Amino acid sequence: MTAPSPASAARARILAVTSGKGGVGKTFVSANLAAALARRGLNVLVLDADLGLANLDVVLNLHPKVTLHDVFTGQATLEQAVLPAPGGFSVLLAGSGLVEYSRLTPEVRDQLLAVIDEVAPRYDIVLLDTGAGISDVVLYTVSLAGEVLVVVTPEPTSMTDAYATIKVLAMQQERRDVRLVVNQVARAGDGKGVAAQLQQVVDRFVSPSVGVPVRVSLLGDVPTDPAVREAVKKRQLVVETQPGTAAAQSIATLAARLNP
Amino acid sequence: MKTAPKAVPAPSAEALRLDAALRLLQRAGHDLGDGPRDTAWLQRMLDALCDLSSRDPLTGLANRRQFEVALERECDRVARSGESALVLLLDIDHFKRVNDAHGHGAGDLVLQAVARCLQGCVRPMDTVARYGGEEFAVVLPNCPPAFARTVAERVRRQIAALQITVGAGAELQITVSVGGAFAPPWVRSSARLWTERADAQLYRAKADGRNRICLEPQAVSLVSAEEKGLLFAATAPAVLDADVLHPEPT
Repeated sequence: MTAPSPASAARARILAVTSGKGGVGKTFVSANLAAALARRGLNVLVLDADLGLANLDVVLNLHPKVTLHDVFTGQATLEQAVLPAPGGFSVLLAGSGLVEYSRLTPEVRDQLLAVIDEVAPRYDIVLLDTGAGISDVVLYTVSLAGEVLVVVTPEPTSMTDAYATIKVLAMQQERRDVRLVVNQVARAGDGKGVAAQLQQVVDRFVSPSVGVPVRVSLLGDVPTDPAVREAVKKRQLVVETQPGTAAAQSIATLAARLNP
Repeated sequence: MKTAPKAVPAPSAEALRLDAALRLLQRAGHDLGDGPRDTAWLQRMLDALCDLSSRDPLTGLANRRQFEVALERECDRVARSGESALVLLLDIDHFKRVNDAHGHGAGDLVLQAVARCLQGCVRPMDTVARYGGEEFAVVLPNCPPAFARTVAERVRRQIAALQITVGAGAELQITVSVGGAFAPPWVRSSARLWTERADAQLYRAKADGRNRICLEPQAVSLVSAEEKGLLFAATAPAVLDADVLHPEPT
């Protein structure tokens, strides 16, 4: 476990990373963004909040013996479950296939809240990598975060689900500001169009119904890059192993904008 | 620094000025019994005073104070349990006309009739309150979204069917507008916000012509055809056709 920064008496910034649709690179963005933030000298924890179908361990090529499940059931302490990840940040893995957590019970809710409350003072940034979809577990996890990053690709299905997510967050959780990461763009800069398109629909249908402007701000985009495919296959972090590539550099830009 | 209050023995009834409280209770029909004025008697009196201060004297329903307590409790419960809870706000349509045409006594009879009817339309676990002048509110814990409209519609219909006798041979019929909203499950929210959302729906029901129900749409995650249309409008960036631009390597 990374040593807690002495100055972080305050709570960490807690960011939920969510997407609506699955398979858009949400976990890829979480892990690489965490590594890029760690490179900027921040003490970062990624919590795998996809309790039902976790795969952060797969992305990071980790084989955890102790997971969040063991913490929830009292079989391990939080200290035992927080693992160092390649990339210089810490992870709390859920362990795959914990089907009993795919529904949000009061127990799961309380345990997740307790874990987040306990880790928050020890880090500068905590990323909550949520599951796909807009289930109650996802919405609850997002409600625990101060900021939300929505990962989207320029595909119509992804954009529709990202829009649905933003809409629910604005209407049910009073989110007024959602940050967007557009993954798999053809050219750097294409994310602007996707953000503008989402903002246009939000302006027309969401802001009027909640009575205040809801902003979709583009944090940045990540171009499709053969290096990414290769890194994912090798279960490596592209920002670590191929920092010079377009994808790695764009993720470094996301980190710089998050933590100027 | 605050110091903890010292434990003192319960005061004897003789040491307290009780006449004003007793007059209020007597007037409200509370009988404290003839027993000795001991701690149990004082407790009964406090309970009776609490009951009195949480009810609307005209209709006997929970008053706004009690409604807010119930709503806050439900809001906390929903945040913990994720259960679905509904709040309905009702307003009698054109109530001023009743008062103007038949007098305030008639207005009171209408309010009492609506209160009785409302209470009969919902479950004992639901809190029915007089929220303000001619406005009523109901908190319905554990009310699945699928039943919301059924309940609200039953309330609206039964009130509309009332024949309210307000004087010699004068029978009135009235209608209500109803607005409803669900508490957001799992998330920390506030009772005030919840009421405001129901109130926004009530406003809609009024604006749409009264004698109707407007419930806040539940399925906010659903994206309408109109929204999709705009999302993929002609002005959409050319990058949308992802399959063309990002061919899967073979």
